[in-house]
Amino acid sequence: MAIAPSIDMLREPAPSVAEERNLETVEMTINMGPQHPSTHGVFRMVLTLEGERVKNVQSHIGYLHRGAEKLGESGDLEGYRKAMITLDRTDYLSSLLNEHAYVMAVEKLAGISVPERAEYIRVILGEITRINSHCMFYGAFGADSGATTPFMYAFALREEIQQLFEAVGGARMFPNYYRAGGLREDVPHDFVRRVQTIIDRALYAFDDFDNLITTNEIFLSRTRGLGIIDQTRALDLGVSGPLLRATGLPYDVRRSEPYSIYDRFAFDVPVGTTGDCYERYLIRQEEMRQSVRIIDQALKDLPGGPTMGNAPKALRPPKGEAYVRIENSRGDFGVYLVSDGKSSAPYRVKYRSPCFVNLQSLNDMVIGTYIADAVVALGSIDIVLGEVDR
Amino acid sequence: MGVNLGAPTPFATAYANATPPDLPLNDGAAGMLPAENLYARLPQGIVTTSVDQLFQWARKSSLWPMTFGLACCAIEMISTFMAKHDLDRFGLIGQVGATPRQSDLMIVSGTVTTKMAPAVRILWEQMPEPKWVISMGGCATCGGPYYRYPTVVQGVDQVIPVDVYIGGCPPRPEALMHGILKLQEKIMRQAKEGRRPTADLELVLAGEGVEVA
Repeated sequence: MAIAPSIDMLREPAPSVAEERNLETVEMTINMGPQHPSTHGVFRMVLTLEGERVKNVQSHIGYLHRGAEKLGESGDLEGYRKAMITLDRTDYLSSLLNEHAYVMAVEKLAGISVPERAEYIRVILGEITRINSHCMFYGAFGADSGATTPFMYAFALREEIQQLFEAVGGARMFPNYYRAGGLREDVPHDFVRRVQTIIDRALYAFDDFDNLITTNEIFLSRTRGLGIIDQTRALDLGVSGPLLRATGLPYDVRRSEPYSIYDRFAFDVPVGTTGDCYERYLIRQEEMRQSVRIIDQALKDLPGGPTMGNAPKALRPPKGEAYVRIENSRGDFGVYLVSDGKSSAPYRVKYRSPCFVNLQSLNDMVIGTYIADAVVALGSIDIVLGEVDR
Repeated sequence: MGVNLGAPTPFATAYANATPPDLPLNDGAAGMLPAENLYARLPQGIVTTSVDQLFQWARKSSLWPMTFGLACCAIEMISTFMAKHDLDRFGLIGQVGATPRQSDLMIVSGTVTTKMAPAVRILWEQMPEPKWVISMGGCATCGGPYYRYPTVVQGVDQVIPVDVYIGGCPPRPEALMHGILKLQEKIMRQAKEGRRPTADLELVLAGEGVEVA
C-alpha cells in the first residue's frame, strides 16, 4: 500500500525549544493509572517527562494479583479441575486457549490420551478464541490511537463468538469446557453450521476492520515507526507472540513445536520487518485470517466419535512434573504442573504468562517518544492485567 | 385541568393522561380534598411534582458512568455499552470521559485487591454528590472465585458504599442492564424517602474495611 513519505519524518525527534535556545528545563513526573482508560485495566505508569517527551517510565503492576496459581493448588474436591476456574480468569480474553494448555499439561502428567474429535474441537474453539481476543485488541488499539468506531465493529463480531461459546459451554466468557482426556460434553448439533456462519461473517468483518483504520492517514502517522524493538533486543527480553514476529522472526509455537494436531493444518506465520506498532497491528490482523483458514480445514476434517476418553474423574497422577507451552493470542503461554503422587490436587501450578514478559519491552518502546505515543505503544503490547499479575 | 402525577413522566404522556376519569370536573365542589380542589383549578396540560422528584428523574435518566474497568467484568461491561445491547437507551452515556469528577455512577467491574482498594476509594471520593455505585460481578460483591484469598478485598462494600449488587462471573449484559434499571428505580425511591444519611455511610466504612490511604 502506498504511504505518504512525510509520515516518517514526523517521528524524527525535533530539537526542542530548550535545546535550541540552550535553556534549562525542569523534569516533570506524572502518574498514569491505575484507573486510566488507556492502561487496559489496572496498570500504573509513572512517567518522567521533559516537555512532551518521555525520559523514563516506571511501571507498577500487582493491582490485580488474586492468586490464580495458588488457588489452583487448593482443590480438595475439584482436584485438577479447580485450577481451570482461575486460569480462565487470568487471561480473560483467551480463556479457551489457556484451558487447552492446562488440560494438555494434566494429560501429559497423567498419561491420558485424547479422542480425535476432542482435539479438533479444541483447535476450532481455540482459534475462535484467538479471533475473539484479537478483535478486542483491534477495538482497544483503535481507541488508543484516537478512533472510537473500531470498538463497535470489533464487538459486533465478538458478540457472535460469545454466543457460540454460550451454546457450547454455557458461559459467554469462561466456558470451562475442556477436561483432561477430552471435553466436558459434546458440542451442540448445529455446531458446524454456527462456526461456519461465524467464519463467513468474520472474513467480511476483517475487511471492514481494514477499511476503517488500516490505511487511515491518521492511524498510520500515529503508529508507523513507533515503539521499535529490534530482533536481538526482543530475544534478550524474552518477548514472544506478535511482538516478536513483528521483528521478523517467524516464531510461533504452533509451527515451531506443533502441539495437539496443529501439524495437520496449513497456515502461514505472518512476520514483520521493522517491529513497530503498525506491524504488530498488521500481524494480528493477518493472524485472524490465518485462524479462519485453520478453522476451515478443521471443520472439513471434523471426525465423529466420542469427545471424552476413558480418563478417571478423580485424577491422581503419578509423582512428576509437566511443562506444556502453547501459542495463545499474546505469545508463548506455558503451564507447569507438579504432582506429588499422593493428593488429588496439583502440588504446584505455575503459568508462564506472555503478557508479563512482553510488558518488559515497554521501557524500550516508550522512552524518547511523545507522551501521547506512550499510550499507543502500550496498547500495541496488548496486555491483559489479569495475566500479568495472575 | 392539571393532575398530580407523583413521579414526573415524559410530558407528552402526561398531557394525554391529564384527565383521569374519576376526578369530578366541576370547579371547587364540596367534598373534595383541598389538594384535589387545587388540581381541578389548573388548566389542561399542567403537571405538578416535587422538585426532588423532578431532579431525581433527570438524574436517573442521564447517569454518567465512570469508565472504570478492573478485570474480566470490564469486558462484559464494554459489551453492554456496544451496539448489540446499547446502554445509551437507558440514558447511560458510555465513553464520555474517564474522569470521576464528571460522573455520578461508578460501576465496579472486577476484582478489587488490597493494592487497588485505596485507589477505588479515592476515585469514589472525587465523584461529586449525588453518586451511586454498582458492584458488578461476584468479585466486587463478595470476593467471588477469589473468596478468602488474602490480597483480594472480600467485596468492594468494605471500601465504598454500594447501591446495587449484580451477581455472575461475569454477569451477562442483560444482568447489568437489569441492575441499572433497579438503580433507576432506587433513585426515584430516594426522591420520596430521602437519600441515605451520611452517618450510615460512615457506619459502613467503619466496619472491617481495608485501610484507606
